[in-house]
Amino acid sequence: MAKILEKRLIRHPDVFYYRIDAPLISRKAKPGQFVIIRLHEKGERIPLSLADINPEQGTISLIVMAVGKTTTEMSTLNAGDGILDICGPLGHPTHIEKYGRVILVGGGFGVAPLYPIARSLKEAGNEVIVIMGARSKDLLIYENEMQQACDKALITTDDGSKGIKGVVTTALKQELEQNGANMVMAVGPAIMMKFVSETTKPFDIKTIVSLNSIMIDGTGMCGGCRVSIGGKTRFACTDGPDFDGHQVDWDILINRQKTYLNEEKESFEAWKKHHAFAICE
Amino acid sequence: MTENNSKKISLIKTPIPEQDPAKRRSNFEEVTLGYSPEMAMKEAGRCLQCKKPLCIEGCPVHIPIPQFIKAIKEGDFKKSIDLIKTASFLPAVCGRVCPQEDQCEKNCTLGKKGEPVAIGRLERFAADYAMQSWNGAGIEITKPTGKRVAIVGSGPSGLTCAYDLARFGHEVTIFEALHEAGGVLMYGIPEFRLPKRIVAHEINLLKDMGVEIVTNAVIGKLISIDEIMEEFDACFIGTGAGLPKFMGIEGENLNGVYSANEFLTRTNLMRAYAFPEYDTPIKIGKRVAVIGGGNVAMDAARSALRLGAKEAAIIYRRSEKEMPARKEEIHHAKEEGVNFELCTAPVRVIGEEGWVKAIECVRMDLCEADESGRRRPMPVKGSEFRIPVDIVVVAIGTGPNPLVPQSTIKLVLNDCGYIIADEETGQTSREGVFSGGDIVTGAATVILAMGAGKKAAKAIHEYLMRT
Ligand SMILES: Cc1cc2nc3c(=O)[nH]c(=O)nc-3n(C[C@H](O)[C@H](O)[C@H](O)COP(=O)(O)OP(=O)(O)OC[C@H]3O[C@@H](n4cnc5c(N)ncnc54)[C@H](O)[C@@H]3O)c2cc1C
Ligand SMILES: Cc1cc2nc3c(=O)[nH]c(=O)nc-3n(C[C@H](O)[C@H](O)[C@H](O)COP(=O)(O)OP(=O)(O)OC[C@H]3O[C@@H](n4cnc5c(N)ncnc54)[C@H](O)[C@@H]3O)c2cc1C
Ligand code: FES
Repeated sequence: MAKILEKRLIRHPDVFYYRIDAPLISRKAKPGQFVIIRLHEKGERIPLSLADINPEQGTISLIVMAVGKTTTEMSTLNAGDGILDICGPLGHPTHIEKYGRVILVGGGFGVAPLYPIARSLKEAGNEVIVIMGARSKDLLIYENEMQQACDKALITTDDGSKGIKGVVTTALKQELEQNGANMVMAVGPAIMMKFVSETTKPFDIKTIVSLNSIMIDGTGMCGGCRVSIGGKTRFACTDGPDFDGHQVDWDILINRQKTYLNEEKESFEAWKKHHAFAICE
Repeated sequence: MTENNSKKISLIKTPIPEQDPAKRRSNFEEVTLGYSPEMAMKEAGRCLQCKKPLCIEGCPVHIPIPQFIKAIKEGDFKKSIDLIKTASFLPAVCGRVCPQEDQCEKNCTLGKKGEPVAIGRLERFAADYAMQSWNGAGIEITKPTGKRVAIVGSGPSGLTCAYDLARFGHEVTIFEALHEAGGVLMYGIPEFRLPKRIVAHEINLLKDMGVEIVTNAVIGKLISIDEIMEEFDACFIGTGAGLPKFMGIEGENLNGVYSANEFLTRTNLMRAYAFPEYDTPIKIGKRVAVIGGGNVAMDAARSALRLGAKEAAIIYRRSEKEMPARKEEIHHAKEEGVNFELCTAPVRVIGEEGWVKAIECVRMDLCEADESGRRRPMPVKGSEFRIPVDIVVVAIGTGPNPLVPQSTIKLVLNDCGYIIADEETGQTSREGVFSGGDIVTGAATVILAMGAGKKAAKAIHEYLMRT
């Protein structure tokens, strides 16, 4: 059982920040890694990226977007509550070295795990640029943190309510044309990472993506998280989650993520029936 | 007199009650119900009590078989379990899942004329009887030695090693990556063959003996073997061969293709059969094809039926004779209506809109035997055909999990990535680090993993008492 020390709503109504007491994990964890949690005896195991790691305090932070049953159920937990199982750190850390000019591209909850990566890249002597995208300005997360951690922060909104009007790839293409880059890293929805990879391809810039396939154990035991990289089957949990975006078979990943759409709906509906009071609108 | 006696001995095993196949194929309750005390005593009476008991030689952990059977015959069930426990820590498990036909029962003198003594069933009876009436009180534990041993992995090898080391008086901590201890016994072998309460009972016994079990502890990630060796006096690695293999054929990443490990883990460990009461879902569809011929394949096919599939087929490239599964499992699978497509190999999985629609197979001819002694299958030209299916489960074997080997320096591995360890002691290339079970031998059996854990415990004890 791991205790939640702090919980904050960071984007109304569905994105939450948690600081969790996990001394052993915090001691070992590195940016780019993730944990797998299970809320209770009947819960499923879901992967969540590390949004911050604090070995001095013995804590880790998670940013969770309530999208379905488990993440919404988690959103009802508060400081003082416990999470039954927390397993990690899993996956390989993001490879950090002095690349030169690095562009980070974040979408949705993906901006959060990019935060510790941005700081490590800075420490390693890189010039770090972040591009954060959302449909509208109210949906952006971690804006201030990223602005502080990076040399330059570009914001894109679909509706033009803030920053550049358009999607992240619009800004990415502009940035590459004007200033170039030695490395691009993207974390977010698969479809976004796919388009980021397609955008960087003609520039021949190495692009690292963090693949979010459906996982169970996170230890290489089930193969449910498998992805196709350069025609070879790889396990996102143990071989990744970072891979070369130009080698990823995106259609397979996106298709496999949809495996349980019906069951996810069924499970969420059943839960909502009994917990209508718990969801903050 | 002797002649009279032998005439009376039945040539067949005392039948064991089983759930009716038609009924059991839709529930997860145990298939084989177990002997009553009367049945057990009757079966025990068939044992000839051979002077030179070959059965013991067939048992990888050398259970004193004729002795415990004699105790059952005499109605002294407590004594029978005490005798078994001198050699085996998990009799309720082994009585259910050991391939007895290749081990103890294969050597039984009665087996020459008729059916061997049902040693497995008797072992199970003694263990189950003890479980109901006895809670492990009386296990002798030597006084504490002050030495600390870490066990990595809580499968049968790790559990057995922990049990013996605790009895020797050492302080034992087990690190398990998953949220529940038990290894394959918990996540792989289904409830209807090995009820999880039995595994849990044995694990609780260990806890009562003072063994600490730390779950969610992925060694190699959370703690390295080097760090373990700084804190502990010795370490046993029993991480199993849990890495699923895929066939590398077209369509293998379509939705609806599972590894057996994923299919069984969702079902057993995550209780997907009780979805949505439990959160983890599983896809079943109407027709399920399982590729492979071992216990794992049988478990997957039989689970599929219980999860609601209308049809389940085993696709195996050799003939039934070569199937590595236990005879009883093949028999049970057939009774439950699992179809067998023998001498058949998959060529590709055919999809539609991202989902499995059919599996294309080819018939195989069995040619002369290869090094493994099994006949080599060769595809028959032009024999391709399609089986329409919704789900494909790949059960063609597993490899070594790389997490510990990859993260541990100076641990010598063989070419396939398994840890090299001495067969008798489990000693690896690193001082104080021992290993056994599937991570050394490749996927094998529960009893062999237990045997390895036992030998290693002895060697670790000797090592600790020396240093
Ligand atoms: C390596 C990795 C890191 C992640 N990091 C974060 C993070 O930091 N913050 C965050 O909010 N989300 C993160 N996710 C996604 C998160 O795991 C899913 O949103 C969550 O599992 C959804 O569960 P649910 O029951 O709430 O929703 P569901 O209704 O079950 O699912 C919603 C969607 O999430 C995906 N999903 C469902 N189950 C799983 C599963 N077991 N494993 C992976 N994806 C699943 C599916 O694509 C599904 O369509 C990460 C995923 C991966 C693989
Ligand atoms: C579906 C199925 C059916 C089977 N049926 C039979 C049968 O009928 N009869 C029979 O005799 N055998 C059967 N077997 C084989 C038998 O279960 C195995 O040979 C046996 O369990 C091996 O034991 P082990 O202790 O080596 O490892 P395992 O049982 O594999 O346990 C290894 C444990 O180590 C953990 N682990 C792995 N890596 C780490 C890490 N880095 N840190 C911490 N923990 C880790 C794993 O999570 C697991 O719990 C079956 C196997 C399967 C999969
Ligand atoms: S999540 Fe099971 S192998 Fe990756």
